[in-house]
Amino acid sequence: MMRGLVQHLAVLRTALRRIFSSRLGGFFNILVIGIALSLPAGMYLLLQNVQGLVTQLSGTPQISLFLNLDAKTDEIGKLRAQLAQNPAIDRVEFVSRAAALEQLKQSTGLADVIGGLQQNPLPDAFVIYPKPVQAQALETLRNELAKLPKVEQAQLDSAWAYKLEALLKFGRMLVLILAGLLSLALVAITFNTIRLQILTQSSEIEVSKLIGATNGFIRRPFLYFGAAQGLLGGIMAWLIITLSLQLLNFQLKALTQLYASQFILHPLSWGDSISLLLFSMYLGWLGAWLSVARHLSQIEPR
Amino acid sequence: MISFSQVNKRYPGGYQALKNVSFRIAAGEMVFLAGHSGAGKSTLLKLIAAIERPNSGSVLVNNQNVGVLKERALPYLRRNLGIIFQDHKLLFDRNAFDNVLLPLQICGFDHRESSKRVRAALDKVGLLKREKSHPIALSGGEQQRLCIARAIVNRPSILLADEPTGNLDAAYAQEIMAIFKSFHQVGATLLISTHDTSVLQDTRVRTIELKHGELQPAASSAAPAGPGKSAATRPGQA
Repeated sequence: MMRGLVQHLAVLRTALRRIFSSRLGGFFNILVIGIALSLPAGMYLLLQNVQGLVTQLSGTPQISLFLNLDAKTDEIGKLRAQLAQNPAIDRVEFVSRAAALEQLKQSTGLADVIGGLQQNPLPDAFVIYPKPVQAQALETLRNELAKLPKVEQAQLDSAWAYKLEALLKFGRMLVLILAGLLSLALVAITFNTIRLQILTQSSEIEVSKLIGATNGFIRRPFLYFGAAQGLLGGIMAWLIITLSLQLLNFQLKALTQLYASQFILHPLSWGDSISLLLFSMYLGWLGAWLSVARHLSQIEPR
Repeated sequence: MISFSQVNKRYPGGYQALKNVSFRIAAGEMVFLAGHSGAGKSTLLKLIAAIERPNSGSVLVNNQNVGVLKERALPYLRRNLGIIFQDHKLLFDRNAFDNVLLPLQICGFDHRESSKRVRAALDKVGLLKREKSHPIALSGGEQQRLCIARAIVNRPSILLADEPTGNLDAAYAQEIMAIFKSFHQVGATLLISTHDTSVLQDTRVRTIELKHGELQPAASSAAPAGPGKSAATRPGQA
């Protein structure tokens, strides 16, 4: 057991030495893998952030029910009772036109402009918190509410969030395709690197076979090399993403201050980081394995 | 220990390298394999190490039919053999020590034990002081001895040598034959192919001769471990 472990460590050391034996070449390989991985992973991260922003902004969906300006108080009362009985509605909030105007004055800093108005242009309104959250059910409810008497307009406040959600789905598919393609590229890079290694070490492989090396023994350093190179590429990708994020956040701060917002891009979570590293390691190993399976049998002692 | 019976080997393209070859080599025996170049000496050695497979007949090594061994079993067969190659097959990217270390790495020896064994093997062939040298810096004779050190470091029971004195001058050849004899004395089985007549003059060693792929009757395969011959080898052992 101990002996086996020591042997594996020795093989790993050999593999790492091979990566760094040509320092620049090894570094460039790792850089290419890092860049290839950082593209889909970085896009994924951006999508995650936008996704977070959407849920933060949209919260629970609301329907705003704007009433006709000539709606009487008793009509409003009747409407309120009607709404309360609707099983699709969780809770109803009434916002009177006066209250709405006051709110507008306070929140936008347009007090001067509003103060100059002859009359209150705002209608009375109900803010409705529906029970269902699916886009389609909400749409049905909105149409239903729009038909009620004295209702001028029914507006689904989170409609944009659903549209964005659909857009995000599109983006995620894009990331998936990109990730698939670039993963293939990573496998191809490793495949080729290992092929060259096998060629340069063909005499060592031949001699090893002649003096009793098992195929596993010969394969091992190449597999370790592939996995190690993949892992280092993954680390490179992580660094690229993290550094880019810092730079973007720096600029974003200036931007969001103008909008009085606190939005910053969050870095990769621990889970995502580890997934990235494991995935790139696996891809490197896979590329090496394919290459070894393909090329090693061609070197037979003669 | 090594036994050929009616072995034929034909290479792709039709060249018949061995024709109906039969002989036996007992454990602990030292045998010369003689013949001009192209007589099939190298092919015969390759069949023993399962580098090539016979077209017909059987090749037994330690009672194992190596002609039909599965690919997976080959490494374990070869670990029992020490092979000294005509072209040395040394690795030029590492020093003498690491060249000799390779078989032990393959078998998974730990560092201390293998260092000890490597030095012992290098000492045996008189290269202990050159352990840091790269093969490129060694003379032809030294390279040959390094190859021997690599073949014996794993203490195999059978040593196969393909033209070990091929392109060495007489003094070096003497030296190398002396090394082989010392292995024979400690009980190893040796099969040494050579066309070097000065080496073959040592009549105490049994000689089998190949000519155009056929065993010559002089080295009678009918009496493989004949009493006279094996008796002749005994004094060398004592």
